[in-house]
This record gives sequence, C-alpha cells and structure tokens, in this order.
Amino acid sequence: MHSVSVHAENLTKRFGETLALDNISFDVGKGELFGFIGPDGAGKTTLFRILTTLLLTDTGSCTVEGFDVVKNYKNIRNICGYMPGKFSLYQDLTVEENLNFFATIFGTTIRENYDLIKDIYQQIEPFKTRKAGKLSGGMKQKLALSCALIHKPDVLFLDEPTTGVDAVSRLEFWEMLKRLKSVGITILVSTPYMDEASLCDRVALMQDGRIMSISTPREVTGNYPLNLLSVKAGDIYNLLGELRDYPGVYSVYAFGQSAHVAFRDGDIDKGNLSEFLIKKNHTSVEITAIKANIEDCFMELMNVPSPAPL
Amino acid sequence: MKRFRGFVIKEFYHIFRDYRTLLILFGMPAVQLLLFGYVLTNEIKDAKIAIYDPSKDVVTRKISEKILSSGYFILEKNLNTVAEIDPVFRQGEVKLALIFEPDFAKKLEKSGTAHVQIIGDASDPNTANMLVNYASGIISNFLVSMNSENVPMQIVPEVRMMYNGELKGVYMFVPGLMAMLLMLISALMTSLSITREKELGTMELLLVSPLRPAQVIIGKVFPYVFLSFIDACIILGLGNAVFGMPIRGSVALLLLESFLYITMALSLGILISSITSSQQVAMMLSLVALMLPTILLSGFIFPVENMPGILQVFCHIMPPKYYITIIKSIMLQGNGLEYVWRETLILIGFTSVFLLLSIKKFNVRLA
Repeated sequence: MHSVSVHAENLTKRFGETLALDNISFDVGKGELFGFIGPDGAGKTTLFRILTTLLLTDTGSCTVEGFDVVKNYKNIRNICGYMPGKFSLYQDLTVEENLNFFATIFGTTIRENYDLIKDIYQQIEPFKTRKAGKLSGGMKQKLALSCALIHKPDVLFLDEPTTGVDAVSRLEFWEMLKRLKSVGITILVSTPYMDEASLCDRVALMQDGRIMSISTPREVTGNYPLNLLSVKAGDIYNLLGELRDYPGVYSVYAFGQSAHVAFRDGDIDKGNLSEFLIKKNHTSVEITAIKANIEDCFMELMNVPSPAPL
Repeated sequence: MKRFRGFVIKEFYHIFRDYRTLLILFGMPAVQLLLFGYVLTNEIKDAKIAIYDPSKDVVTRKISEKILSSGYFILEKNLNTVAEIDPVFRQGEVKLALIFEPDFAKKLEKSGTAHVQIIGDASDPNTANMLVNYASGIISNFLVSMNSENVPMQIVPEVRMMYNGELKGVYMFVPGLMAMLLMLISALMTSLSITREKELGTMELLLVSPLRPAQVIIGKVFPYVFLSFIDACIILGLGNAVFGMPIRGSVALLLLESFLYITMALSLGILISSITSSQQVAMMLSLVALMLPTILLSGFIFPVENMPGILQVFCHIMPPKYYITIIKSIMLQGNGLEYVWRETLILIGFTSVFLLLSIKKFNVRLA
C-alpha cells in the first residue's frame, strides 16, 4: 500500500449526544491534494484532530503514512504538519521567532528547509520583526503555513485555512498549495467554500458527520443526475416560493441573484415556465439552462435521505 | 536538548514581553513586604494616652513619668475633669486613659491602698488589651521598686523571650510572606501560562509536535523556578536590610529549602493547569484554593494550635505550614537540617505526589 498516504476506516466519534463523525472511510494517495468540503458542523475539524492524533476515535482505525494514529502517534507527530482552524501562533512573538521556535521543536532550522517555504515566507519576510498578533489575516495565514511546513512534513493537514481571508489571498494560498503538491507533499485541506473544491485533486463532500461522496471535482459535477435552469426575475423572494409549487420541479435554491431550479429530464419546458412566471406578474424574467457546479451537487446530495442507522 | 532550550527561550520571551507578568513577579514581593512591614504591625509604639490626675502629688507624677518614658506611650492630653474622658475617646486619638483618685499619695500612705483606673479603647480589642497590660505592668513594677526595702518576701519573674527578644512582628511575617508569595507566583504563574496555551490553541500545535509531555512541563516550569528563586532572594534581602530579619542558620540550607518549596508550588501549578482549561478558572483555583489557606491555615497569621480540631487537620495538609516551620527554625533559631528533616521530607513527599499526578494527568491528546 505504498501509494496510500492517509487511510481511514469506519471512523465514528461521539461528543455526548452529538454524533460528530458517522462511520467515515476514505483513502488519500501520496502526493494528492484532497479536499473535505462541507458546512460548519459537518465534522471536518473533528476528523482532522483524529488524523493528527489529537483526538481518539470511538470506533474504526486510521493510519498516516502507515503509522497507526493510536499506537504510533509519536511517529506521526514527526512527519505531519498541522494548521488548525483558529490562528494558533504566539501573538507576542515576532514572525521570525515563531518560525524559529517551530523549527527548533521539530529539531531543524529555518535555513535547512528554507527552500520549501521560500515562496511563502518571502512575502512576509519584510515584516519578520513584527509581532504575530499585529499581522493582517492573510499574513497570519502565510506565517501559520510556513510554521506548519518548516520541518518538511510528509503530510500536511490544513483545517479551513482560507476562512476569514480575503479573496485575493485565498487564490494565492491555493497557488501555494499546488506548488507544495508538486514537491510531493500530501495535502489534506478542509473548507466551507464550495468554489475551492474544483482546485483539489479529489474532494469528499461532508454533511452531518458523514461523507456523502468522494470523487474528482469533474466527476462530482458530471454525476449530477438532474437538469438545471437558472431563473432570474425582479422579485426573487416570491420567485422562490412560486417555483417550488411549479409542477415537475425537484428543488429550488437561491444562488446569488438567481434561483437554481433542478428537475428530472423532460419534466419542464423553458417556454412554459417563462409564461407561468409572467402570468404571476414577474418582470424581466430570464431563464437559462446551466451546468451544475459543486454547490448544486452538494445541495442535491443533501436531499438524498441518509441511510437508516444499523 | 536543543528542542528543550528553544522551548525555554520562548517562555522567557513570553515573560519579558508581558509587563504585567513582570510587575507581578518583581513588584509584588517588594510591595507586599513593605506593606506588611510598615502597615500590618501589631507592635505598640507611641500610643496616645490621656491622664486625669486630680491629686498631682509625688507618687502620681512619678507613675505618669514612668509610663510616658517607657516608649510605648505619649501624652496626648492632661484632663481637668472626669467629664472630659468620654469626648477624648470619641475623638479617636486617645487609646488609653489613666485616672488617678484624689489624694492618691495620702491614701496610699495611710491605708496602703490607692486606686488608679485604666480605661482602654476596646474598639480595637487586641491593641486595647496590650496597652492595658503594658500600663498595669509598668505600675506594678513601680510599686515593687517603691517597696523593695520593706517587703520581706518577693517573687520576681525574670522573663526572657527567646529568638525574638523584642517581639518583633517581622520575625513572624517574613517567613509567612515568603511562603505566600512563592506559592502565589509559582503556582499561579505556571498554571496561567499553561492554560494560556490551551486557550490560544497553541497547545494543539505543541501536542502535534514531537515534544514530549515532560519536555513541555519542565520547559514551562524552568523559567519560573529561576524567577521565583530570585524572588525568594529579594524577600530575604529586603527583610534583612530593611527590617533586620536575621538569618541565624545556614543561608545555603535556607535557599535549598526554598528551592524545594518553589518546586512544590510549581508542580501544584502544573496540576491545576492540567485539570482546568481556561485562564480564569486556573486563576480562581490558584487564588481561592492556595492563597487563602496559605494565609489563614499555615500558622502565618493565626496560630494553628488555637484552631478547632477539624481545621487543624486541614492545616496539616497545607504545604506552606511546613515551609514556614522550616525557615523560621533556620532563620530564627539557627537550626540545621537535623531539626527540620521531618518537614523537609514532608515537602519532598508533596512535591513528588503533585509532579507524578500532573505528568500522569497531562494529556498527550486534546480533551
């Protein structure tokens, strides 16, 4: 199994009454950029904490680079880099001191692995004497990534690294991840942003502690079983309700300024729908057939009833 | 070892960049010591008294003179009528009034008895008690010296107060203060600095690193051992220089015992931080569970022997009590280890229990 980096089998984790993870299994290949996509509370952070040996799973097992997360947790702590969801560096230490500290506790130095972090660290190096607490969101994120990378980990766990970061920095961040992937580092990243899914090699869509599907972004959208119309009209609020009542409609979601209407093949005729809406006093009605994006797929997957618990 | 050194350096950065920590570390011992030294004193010096002396004869004048020259009292007012006694107390300045009866010397000579009334302001009962005792002591001394020729038999108690001849308060509170401050600084500071990492989420990163629990704990504690030790020296130095607190025994032994006590307090701090997850809870626990018992139950202010039975049992499980016993014995009686080995062993016992518990309790994972 030399091509598998992270292997998880039937992970279940309960916090009191709450089921945080519900029988999760997956494999991540070496050098893969693997995304966990799902809303807050889907269980992403819990999963990452189990994989980084911070939490114990109730049932099931998982390995990172062949090491068991329970028995060989010490080995894993040497080879994985972890960037928690909350900014967790020492705010009263400077950029350079933070980086130096994490290098030291992993038994290395900045100079030794400078090549790996160069692209990222160079952007914040002009501020290396500034306290970490005084950095902007994007710079904090770059520093945190540098600290997680400084010991040249085999596997990198990034828990919602782009939450609370501006759009430009987010794009830059994904560019950096691609570069790290090219060095051969396995990257597991979680995010609530659907649009970031298409940047991963493979994505797992998560909801309520379950993985609903694992596939490449292209497969996710390619496997979308329904047809989609994007409907625009002046009064979006009433539009949503009326579309839901329209015969043959499978589901309706607001998507920015328009409504996405899903229906089974042949159930809806664009012309008829347009007429219906105009009769309902809607102005400037615009209907276009569209291809499903990841978010549409996610919505569709959420509608499939969960399998009855055994 | 390099990892450990890096960790300790980081801890020093934390301490030296937070001026509040520094203030607590080095400001508090000095301020507390001076406060206790100058304010919380129960020694009698220059208490103001009023005297009503209608007879104004040789004997009353001599008695007044004796009392005023004792150093404990100074005359605030000579009263002219009995009616003045009440208002003079109400003003609050006068703590004691001396009322001689009329024709004091004549009566003394004729019948062998004369009356002098001593009135104390018992709104502060301890002070009043002491003042009254001092005053009546002076008067009876005077009586003895007056009669020394013609009284056939006399028993004269010669009192000598060992180790603290002048009954100085400093001798009491310097050891107590050391016990309290070292406990506070060591336990509070370490428990805060560990829970801070938990709150900020950096503990997560430390756990995911190859650092071992012992390295994290010892790395956290190490700077505070060092700093608390400096504190101990500050208190001892100030106590000696400003208040004349003697160190009659071996200084080396004293510092060694202090080192042991600091380690004990630090391991207690680690234990607190391993069972709490927020700085606030850790602070409350340290203050309520450590400070108050240290002050009240260690024999620092109130003697253990006078407490009800159950409280005495509690006193015996208070580590500061043993430390205070040890350093008093070394500083005042000049004793060596042969007199304090029992207490020392007890402290070592406390330390190992706390350390073992906290290393066992230290979670290599979250929650």
